[in-house]
Order: sequence, then C-alpha cells, then structure tokens
Amino acid sequence: MKVLVTVKEVAEVEEDFELDGLRVADQYLDYDLNEWDEYAVEEAVQIAEESDDDVEVVAVTIGPERSEETIRMALAKGVDRAVRVWDDALDGVDLLDVGAKTRLLSAVVEEEDPDLVLTGVQANDDSFGATGVSLASAIDFEWAAVVNALDLDADGGVANVRRELEGGVEELTEVDLPAVLTIQTGINEPRYASLRGIRQAQSKEIKPLALSDLGLDAAAVESDLVLTDVYEPETESDATYFEGDAGEQAADLATVLREKGVGAQ
Amino acid sequence: MSDVLAVVEHRRGSLRDVSFELVTAGADLVGDTGGDLHLAVIGGDVDAFAEELSLAGVDAIHTVAEGDEFNHDVYVQAVAALSEELDPTYVLMGNTVNGLDYAPAVAERLDRPLVTDAIGLQNDGGLVVTREMYASKVESTVEVDADRAAVTVRPGEWDAAEEPGEPAVEAFSFDLDESRVRSRVTGFEEVGSGDVDITDADVLVSVGRGIEEEENIELVQELADALGATLSSSRPIVDNGWLPKDRQVGQSGKVVTPKFYIAIGISGAVQHVAGMKGAENIVAINTDPDAPIFDIADYGIVGDLFEVVPELIEQFE
Repeated sequence: MKVLVTVKEVAEVEEDFELDGLRVADQYLDYDLNEWDEYAVEEAVQIAEESDDDVEVVAVTIGPERSEETIRMALAKGVDRAVRVWDDALDGVDLLDVGAKTRLLSAVVEEEDPDLVLTGVQANDDSFGATGVSLASAIDFEWAAVVNALDLDADGGVANVRRELEGGVEELTEVDLPAVLTIQTGINEPRYASLRGIRQAQSKEIKPLALSDLGLDAAAVESDLVLTDVYEPETESDATYFEGDAGEQAADLATVLREKGVGAQ
Repeated sequence: MSDVLAVVEHRRGSLRDVSFELVTAGADLVGDTGGDLHLAVIGGDVDAFAEELSLAGVDAIHTVAEGDEFNHDVYVQAVAALSEELDPTYVLMGNTVNGLDYAPAVAERLDRPLVTDAIGLQNDGGLVVTREMYASKVESTVEVDADRAAVTVRPGEWDAAEEPGEPAVEAFSFDLDESRVRSRVTGFEEVGSGDVDITDADVLVSVGRGIEEEENIELVQELADALGATLSSSRPIVDNGWLPKDRQVGQSGKVVTPKFYIAIGISGAVQHVAGMKGAENIVAINTDPDAPIFDIADYGIVGDLFEVVPELIEQFE
C-alpha cells in the first residue's frame, strides 16, 4: 500500500511587516511546514506503523528548492521519500490557483499510483482549503474533507471517518477507497522529529520534478486568478485600552470588572 | 447579464444561516448586471425549505428531492447538472465544512476557476473577490480571468436576507449516477458533553496559543477561580490536548454569549470569533497590538499575559 501526503512550506508573517508590491517583503516572512500538513504527515506515518503490510509513505510538495529544508522535517518524522515539483514557469506566478495545483498533483498521482492521499484541510498562507477535494475529483478518487478521526479498513476497501462540522457536531461517514482525505488539526498528536530521524532524513530522497518530467507544459500552471491588490486590513478597534505597566493595566481592568459585577464574592 | 446560482445548506431539518447570507451575496452580485438569482436546495424537506427561502431578490428556487442530509457525491452531481442547465455565470456556495467538501469538486467538474472564502464580491466587468491571506494579517483582491467562476463565501460576512418575495419554485430532477455515490453518511454525534457547560457561564476566561505551555494553563485557571468564572479556550489548546473539546469556543466548538469574555493570548482567528462575538463585553489581553481580537474587543490590554494575569489575580484575591 502507498500513502501519498501533500505537504506545503508556508510563509508566516511576523507581527510587524511591510509590503513589497503584491507580496509581504521577504524579511518579514518565516517559513515552516503548514500546520494542517503536520497532522496529515503524522496520520500517514501512523497508518504505516500500525499496518501489518508494507506501507510506503511518500510526501509531495510544490515548492522551490528552498522548501526542501521544510520537507526534510516530514522525512525526519517517518515519511519514506519525497517528490518536489517545481519549474521556472512557476517562478513568476503570484497566486497558484486550485486548478493549477490540481493539474500538477494529478500528474504526480498518475506517476505514483497511491492507494490513499492525505492532505491538510488548508494552507495557512493562501487559505484556499480546496486542493484535496479538487484533486480527488480530477483523479476520480472518493474523498472526505475536514477529517478529525480516521479508521482505515484497507482490506474492506473503506475508510471510516469523522468530519468535524460546525457547532460541535461530528458527521460519521464511510468512504470508499481509493480516497483523498483532508486532515483537520487535532486528529492526532504530531511527533517531534527525533535526532535519529533528522539524521536519517538527510539520506532520504527528495526527487525534483519539472513540468516536462510530469508530461506537462507551462499551460498547466497558468492561473485563472490574478492577484490585483494586497494590503493590510484596516483596524476597526474601538476598544478602551488600559495603559501603563502591567500592574496599572490590571488595576484598571479590575475596576471595570468590579463595576460590572464580575468577581464580586 | 450575469446569472448566479447559489446553493443553500441545511442540517438536521433546518436551513443554516449561511443560506440566507448567500441570498444577499447573490442578490448583490446580480444587482449591477440585471441577471437572475437562482437558488438550489438539495435534500431534506425541500418544499418547506423553498417556502422559507422565498425572499426578495430571488428569481427562482430549484428543489432537488434527493436524500435527507448532505452527501457530497449527490451535491456535486446535482449542482453540476443544474449548472449545465442554467449556465449561471457564477455558482456561489458556502465556505463551510460541507462547502469545502463539495465546492472544489463542482468547480473541477465544471472546469471553472474556484475562489474560496470570499469576504467581498464585486462584479465590475469581471469578478473581483476580496479574501484574506496569512491568517488574516493581509487582505487581497483577486480578479477572475475567466467568463465563469465558482465562489465560496465566508459565513457571517453578508447580512441574512429577510424580506419576503415570490420566486418561482421548480422541482429539478436529474439522473443520479449511483455508481458515483461512493460515500455514506452513517450518523451524527455531538461532541464534548462533559461536566462543564461553557455556554451557560456568565463569565468566561478563555485561553489561546499565547499561553505557550500546558503547565501555564494553571495560571489562567487561577484567574478564572479568582473571578468565579469558567475556563474556556481557542482551538489550538484543545488540539494540543491541554483542555477537553467541550471547552472549545469557535466555529467547530461552542458558540457562547457570556456577559464577559476575557480572551487571554488569543489572536482572534475568524473561526474563533464566530463562536464568541456575541458576548456582551469582550476583554482582550495580547502582546500584538494588531491582533484581530482587538477589532471586536470592548476593553484591550496590549501586554504580556505572564505579567498582566498574575497582577489581575492579585487584584481579586
């Protein structure tokens, strides 16, 4: 059995930042493995560990060479090998839309032929939250979105999942395999990479693939979405702020709380 | 002329709020170009839903009597079939958990670009969508370079339509391909019915990611005790297993409306705000003056919770 897990290096923006055209200026960005993908990686690795059969876990990412550092974290946590899709044609794309990501990942699925695909629910930078389900439709896999519990019955050909709906309600769903599942945070407890894992990750393969390696050309990454403006949202705060040091702030807040009957014993 | 097809949502016999917000968003979108607003309601008691959705601005409601509850395989086929018949310029869906479970497949199947989580829509010769990036720190506008598009809209961003109207109601039927229904919803479960009901509390002291370590939660519990308040939290605390799920406030947790909500080390992600914005008074304590929580707070302390909270405990001891 083979599990393909999609991972993404995302940029996190520092508290204070400046914009540079349609981007956040580089010096205010920190790069990290997307939070949702950490849970997807953990779920994939746990499936491999808990299965009696051989399970290969392959991570796929769309990202420039820099992202290999982040992808190594997934390898250090037990992913067997990784595939990294990048191409010069992607360098100038401001916003890679869901359709383009789907075309790239579909080509990888065709090459890898996995039995199960896990993705994070969304990426913390562009927050589309759509690639997993779009991919499932394109490759004719079944799917489930926002999965917060998974009981895989590979022999029975189904995945029993819980989907986390709004308002503290969970939906129980049976999904035919092969499937794409988008993984919600909290489904497991992602492990820290061990020193041994980090050492081993250095020798694991991250295979770079260009568009031509996937039988695609530059048309595959043409986005229908054009980023036209990027700006800091206006703050709408009309809060009453308490000034001074921590003691003064606390004393002023305490006065308000008492006036409104909080903490009166 | 740009027609819009908006797909409403229901769960366990009730239309969800986002359905009425989709009517407003759809009506705004067709308002400028003189197109028609169509609604699709799929599954459940479609006739009763159609009656409830007979609102001003809606031109036609298409009822699809297929199943009782949401099933994404059915929704994808129904919305695709209806879109092929009506050929709307825009298909609008909710950016909800179920929206995320079928909208991308609809867009892929219809070969339309998809823009998710819209917080603003403009139809000015083409579609321009406002959305957020980088955990709400940045807002962006995205122009759709295509004649047709699929869009999901963020719940809570548009007012709910209320004014009655008289749209045509028509049953829509299509040939459901059963071989492509490969998932079965087997039930629902309420989560977290522990001994504490945070929806019942007058005062909530709520803790978020800013608390850094599990053992620091004790500090916030001390404050809750000193105030006679109940402890709640944002999602990361529950994801880390530091507090049980029944303490989680937010879109996927509980919706709370206490007299006082004291948010400690909570940045105010939209999913969290959805669960607590109805509080009578909101107090925010956070180091980041630009944290979105301050936008909805009545009282703010920009400061280090590890300095402020102990001082506050002292005030009440």
